[in-house]
Amino acid sequence: MSERRVVITGAGWVTPLGMDLDAVWQRLLRGDSAIGPVQRYDAGTFATNFAAEVSNFSLERMMGPSSRPYLDSGLGIQFALGAASAAMRQAGLGQAGDGLAGIDPRRFGLYMGSGEGSLDFDNFVAANLAGWTGTEVNGSAWARAAYQRMSAKRELEQEPHIVLSYVSRAFGLRGPAFNCMTACAASTQAVGEAFELIRHGDADLMLAGGSHSMIHPLGMTGFIRLTAMSTRRDDPSTAARPFDKTRDGFVMGEGAGMVVLEELEHAQRRGAHILAEVAGFGSTADAFRITDIQPDGLGAVAAIRRALRHAGIDPQQRDATGRPPVHYISAHGTGTQENDGIETKAVKTAFGPLAPEVPFSSVKSMLGHLIQAAGAVELITCLKAIETGMLPPTINLHTPDPECDIDHVPNQARDVRPLGGVEVCLSNSFGFGGQNDTICVRKFRG
Amino acid sequence: MARDVLITGLGAVSALGVGKDDLWNALVEGSSGVRPLQRFDPSGMPCRLAGQAVDFNVRDFLPKSYRKATKVMARDIELAVVAAALAVKDAGLTTRADEGASPTMPPNRLGCQIGAGLIAAETDEISRALAASTNPDGSFSLERWGTETAPDGRVGAGGMNHLPPLWLLKYLPNMLACHVTILHGAEGPSNTITCGEASALLSLGESTRVIQRDDADACFSGGAESKLNYMGMLRMDLAGRLAHHTESQDGTRVLMPYCDSSGGLLGEAGAVLLVEERAHAQRRGVTPYARIAGFGAAQTSGCPLPTGVWEPDEPEIERGLADAIESALRDARLDPGAIDAIVPTGLGVPSCDRRERAALHAVFGSRLPSIPIITLAPNLGNCSAGQGGLMTAAAAMALRHQTIPSRIQRGTPAPGLDAGPAPARKASLRHVLVCTTALGGQNAALVLSAP
Repeated sequence: MSERRVVITGAGWVTPLGMDLDAVWQRLLRGDSAIGPVQRYDAGTFATNFAAEVSNFSLERMMGPSSRPYLDSGLGIQFALGAASAAMRQAGLGQAGDGLAGIDPRRFGLYMGSGEGSLDFDNFVAANLAGWTGTEVNGSAWARAAYQRMSAKRELEQEPHIVLSYVSRAFGLRGPAFNCMTACAASTQAVGEAFELIRHGDADLMLAGGSHSMIHPLGMTGFIRLTAMSTRRDDPSTAARPFDKTRDGFVMGEGAGMVVLEELEHAQRRGAHILAEVAGFGSTADAFRITDIQPDGLGAVAAIRRALRHAGIDPQQRDATGRPPVHYISAHGTGTQENDGIETKAVKTAFGPLAPEVPFSSVKSMLGHLIQAAGAVELITCLKAIETGMLPPTINLHTPDPECDIDHVPNQARDVRPLGGVEVCLSNSFGFGGQNDTICVRKFRG
Repeated sequence: MARDVLITGLGAVSALGVGKDDLWNALVEGSSGVRPLQRFDPSGMPCRLAGQAVDFNVRDFLPKSYRKATKVMARDIELAVVAAALAVKDAGLTTRADEGASPTMPPNRLGCQIGAGLIAAETDEISRALAASTNPDGSFSLERWGTETAPDGRVGAGGMNHLPPLWLLKYLPNMLACHVTILHGAEGPSNTITCGEASALLSLGESTRVIQRDDADACFSGGAESKLNYMGMLRMDLAGRLAHHTESQDGTRVLMPYCDSSGGLLGEAGAVLLVEERAHAQRRGVTPYARIAGFGAAQTSGCPLPTGVWEPDEPEIERGLADAIESALRDARLDPGAIDAIVPTGLGVPSCDRRERAALHAVFGSRLPSIPIITLAPNLGNCSAGQGGLMTAAAAMALRHQTIPSRIQRGTPAPGLDAGPAPARKASLRHVLVCTTALGGQNAALVLSAP
């Protein structure tokens, strides 16, 4: 039996720069920043009081009348449904409520790397305050307040697999359904594992990606306490500075990215437009420390190598056009001191002497860090790079850091069509605790 | 050529004890670990019985150099770390955790897929911090929660600094797997699947695929979770999954699978298995418990979320469960007729049990009444992400001992399912099906075969 190949036939996103695939891409190429003061709650006294929020989001606009049952759901669920609708539309697979254009729903699965649903912050706080005696929790008082205030819907939506129930219900999917939470690597992992499920024959199509919002007081608190976020309160729009020497942490974003993965022959039989082929996936663990990345980036190197080995690509061998074998890397590139230096080191190790010639940028400089949704959104930027031959820049990169001395596509988008466009991309995602995931996509060439 | 995947190590910590023998002996003898809840003050909760894990000290399971890390381990992480330590020991594998010894395997060939749930922040820790940021009238002040002076001159009182700096890391679901990978030097593929009760079976399925595609030779796999805390229990109650105001202190009279008078109870557990490629296991000379012969997963589309979360279009049958079982049987190249015993979820939540039973009937038809059902929930409660790991461990032990353990529920299920009270008995077992449905309709099934 010949190896099953997997292609991407649809993509959709909800990002702090907008919801339309092409419009957001144009803004990324222009170098627009989505970062500004937090609007959703009063963050005035927070050490990080800015973020990249999704604004002007309307699920109804993205999904039409079938959005009605979901309009009072939490943001994470709505973002997922919006991105899924766009991906399904692009794949020509019908919209929510339409059925699946004759496809066996048992062969169409769902693999998400979505975060916990949106916290019901006010009621959570009120119940905890009601239960607190000053020295301990009074269980009766806590429960009285909690039962009075909290709703089944808001609470269950926080369970990370419930998003699967919503998305599968909306589109009638009945194949294998997974959600994974590998922190900032989750949606790259979800797409990668979905690719493997199709390759193995567990499904013919998978809707895959992730959705997340941590822009609420406790979500921001967690990262402020870890001192992982930028505190550049006087200049939020330039606060996300991946690979810049003056970087001081990441900036929180939110959103969703979803793609339709499909077995090649299945896609061809139904005449689907193919955006790209998934060529390889690598997942590894640093197994080093929960607080720190392995200093030489060995886990990241191993993930990159695994993905490229699947793709049949030797990272240190030039391609037929004389270029390095990978034409763009979407970096994890968070803007923390630790990540960016080590990720650069990992790319240098993997690509050896060719590393300086591999463009390697971080759209987190513009979109912020979408946490569990980041990987899928960044993968979609790779699809756009393949389609257009343009590379998105790393903005706010004005002070070179000797530790990050390769080509981060500083400040200006780059047109690589004269060089032959973009054939092969990598997208890197790394999670707290040492989770490394890399996915390799390439232009579909039959 | 297809690579064969075996179960070579079992690690379990639960209300029935520490280690696979405690679990198995209690299941065979018919003991229950369900008791009045001690872990927190459940006086305001409608349900006060649970399968709380027996006392253990996580430090006893850690190398000395790692004991400091217990400060950042939520309960769920402790359960996973202990179960993983038991699993490698049971499998006879030497890892980095055995300080001074040389590990059996190259680190990049050892993977880790441990299912988890959403970990609730400890209520006393967060409440103490929140209480330090209140207005004079007792209401919460976001302004005081912050640490800085706002652009408009308002001054934060630093309430959030009452939380330890690493607070977030204590509660990230992937920390179960991360601690295990760090402790044992597992640098291969790693994942954290969070699908409620289906988490562990989905993880075992993924580990199986990882080994089959030659990305690893062995994996930690299974799940761990504790919902025995305020938020966890509240959510499961809001989901309609808990028995209410029962006066009985006897869990076997409360949680009675497939009986209409039943109600659900919670438990907590870590259940991690070592799954391993056949040739690798043979080279080490380890005796496997079982072979993972088939895996299948499916979603029940239109699955109801309880309590009116959306308009009910509640299917009479857990369609996705039937789909998952059929996929697993196909993957194992077996007919339903080959299955000698079934380990279903049997949560004791009547609506779930009815749908589960209908799905089993759809697959096994008129043969269903003659297939023995192995139930765990009456002994342990519903251990969420840990449940599937316990179920798989029990199936593996049943295959090894050729025994159907006792069933201790006190109810009488309607005819058509061999799930009523019964003592343990010997049985000839070649293929055992383990299957589960999560709240929200994620389904997974594994076929375990004699090795």
